[in-house]
Amino acid sequence: MARINSGPELEDARKVIVSKRELDKAWLAICGGISCLGGRDSLIHAFEEEIRKQALEGKVGVRVTGCHGFCAQGPNVVIYPEEICYVRVQPEDASEIVSRTLIGKKVVDRLVYTDPVTGKKAVHQSEIPYYKKQTRNLLGMNPRIDPRSIDDYLAIGGYSALAKALLRMSPEQVLEEVKKANLRGRGGGGFPAGLKWETARNAKAEIKYVICNGHEGEPGAYMDRAIFQGNPHLIVEGLIIGGYAVGARQGFIYTRHDMPRLRENVDLALKMAEEYGFLGKNILGSGFDFQIEVHLDVGIFVSGEASALMKSIEGKAPEPRPKYTRTAVKGIWERPSNLNNVETWANVPQIISKGSDWYAGIGTERSKGTKMISLSGNIVNTGVVEVPFGTSLREIVYDIGGGIPNGKKLKAVHFGAAMGGTLPVELIDTPLDFDALSKLGAGIGAGGLFVMDEDTDMVEMSRFFLDFLANESCGKCVPCREGIRQMLRIFSRMSEGKGKEGDIETLEELCEVGSLASLCALGKTTSSPIRSALRFFRKEYEKSIESKAGAV
Amino acid sequence: MSDVLLTIDGKEVRAKGETSILDAARSAGIFIPTLCHHEKLDPYGGCRLCTVEVESRGRTSYVASCLYPVENDLIVRTRSEKIAKIRKVILELLLAHAPDSPQLVSLAEEYGAKPDRFEKESSFCILCGLCVRYCAEVKKKNAIAFVDQGPKREVNFIPEIASKECWNCKECFSLCPTSYLQAAYFLTEALAFPQRALKSSEK
Repeated sequence: MARINSGPELEDARKVIVSKRELDKAWLAICGGISCLGGRDSLIHAFEEEIRKQALEGKVGVRVTGCHGFCAQGPNVVIYPEEICYVRVQPEDASEIVSRTLIGKKVVDRLVYTDPVTGKKAVHQSEIPYYKKQTRNLLGMNPRIDPRSIDDYLAIGGYSALAKALLRMSPEQVLEEVKKANLRGRGGGGFPAGLKWETARNAKAEIKYVICNGHEGEPGAYMDRAIFQGNPHLIVEGLIIGGYAVGARQGFIYTRHDMPRLRENVDLALKMAEEYGFLGKNILGSGFDFQIEVHLDVGIFVSGEASALMKSIEGKAPEPRPKYTRTAVKGIWERPSNLNNVETWANVPQIISKGSDWYAGIGTERSKGTKMISLSGNIVNTGVVEVPFGTSLREIVYDIGGGIPNGKKLKAVHFGAAMGGTLPVELIDTPLDFDALSKLGAGIGAGGLFVMDEDTDMVEMSRFFLDFLANESCGKCVPCREGIRQMLRIFSRMSEGKGKEGDIETLEELCEVGSLASLCALGKTTSSPIRSALRFFRKEYEKSIESKAGAV
Repeated sequence: MSDVLLTIDGKEVRAKGETSILDAARSAGIFIPTLCHHEKLDPYGGCRLCTVEVESRGRTSYVASCLYPVENDLIVRTRSEKIAKIRKVILELLLAHAPDSPQLVSLAEEYGAKPDRFEKESSFCILCGLCVRYCAEVKKKNAIAFVDQGPKREVNFIPEIASKECWNCKECFSLCPTSYLQAAYFLTEALAFPQRALKSSEK
């Protein structure tokens, strides 16, 4: 493919790609997500082998895609153009799917999703309750594209937002659009992205950076990798647009060292984007130059924290620094550095394409757009979900998540893993909203949602999160390092039946000092799960001390 | 950098634009306790004992004064009930490591910290990092470093460098607020380069 040098050339290239696609040709999309990996390669090979055996090469297409989101029922295979969806597909099913469905156009009944409650079968993806209640503006693209193919992305309109931004809008207009859309950071803080961009744009410096934080270290959070691995060009496009708005000519992608498939897809996406002319000098003839470099983490949770991440990019140990001067003003090598996470960048192209009015029409008053949530814990449908802000937690847990398995009752839901908070079942009608949830002490965080059934021991849960942080704290500052050490002591005592009177008060004091005086966000929020457990489940803590005291 | 005017404990203080609250306070004769601070070293922000209350644009927050840069109209309070609580708890946490450190003992008296609130820890080290940073920033030798993370963090001499560099230096010894550093050094010496020590004592 020759380099694309202008807007019209891009549209011509797109037409050529689309015209080559036979829309009525049968093809299958095999979910290549990472959550239900079981036998992934063998499944792909089985289909390829079968197609060869039945001499169908060239007549039917096979597309290995990113995560479809329905992890509990994975691996999923969708057959187009009918959109027949098969769940829990195994390599030995390949032969029957190819001969009966791809050729014979008949449905293989035993592979169709069956609702465990009603017993109703759902042949098409759109009929499955799990999908029906979602608004998959971002994830919905995944089954339609091979992440390794830039043409697939172009065929569904990819890079048209970039062309619009670079050729028909000034950087200020792009910035204004993102501000008007009220896009809020999806990495945990919910800070308005447009305001951050503006700070970086207004900072006086020759060289500026934009960064995509693809670290996603929060336990139970796996939505970023679903979209990044499945649709890397979407994030790349967002990042280039951000660079243009901020006035940066260099972007960084920071991601995990332990996800080779993601790295491969991102590397290839960058290579293809450069070949097609979406990266490099004079992009689409606009005069704007931009390049992206990939950096890998060193395997520590705190390197996902913005200032630690920036140190890591500089080649230093990823220790957080206090952000008394914002990183948007002084970040990597003391230069203005605008960092947003994967999902935030993924939202940018649609805001530019469809406009801020369209975007602001989705969600609640102060939380706009959709949010990807990874559902896990005691829930029937684990998976990656995308819903508009404002959807109630009840809808997410019951209508989409299918409720609690084994006939158990729901006890609580927990957002934000080790740095988040828990809500009791009584608050299940709370809407998914940055502010409503953080007011209740359970901020959305990155979007990992743990569901807990009636058997969950809240004291054990707090201890579990604290154990995680003990391994992930850098240990630099006293309130975090020593606070965790002493809190763990107390939890160990409590679980051994040696809890003492005054333990709860000591925990509360350590939580307070930790949240006020720690150096970084990790230390400041170490206490969040404990605080919210003490807020809503204090009796359980008290009981664990009393019953033990009684036993002595 | 131009001068800025701020208020510390009700007193108007003028300071250069990029100084820290800690330095501005000290130059105005206001004492803020520290454990990990040293004039020759970059500010670190590890002990958090120098935490103060700042009010800026109507918002109150708690910051490490050794790192927070002064700004115009900033209102700083170096003492309050909350700050006293923060310092007391920090001292109690550290006294579990080094109950006999004179610095900690005198601060504990001032803030009413109970030396035996938490169970005794086996290591004396309070991880202020003075030795590590002095060796790296002033001596540029990096003979001692932090290893591991979280509550498992500790300082260790690097035998290969220590055997060459530490013998004639040992300048970090006097910086240590506890007796841990010397213990760590002699342990490293005994394990990694005992000949050196032996030879020297024969002389």
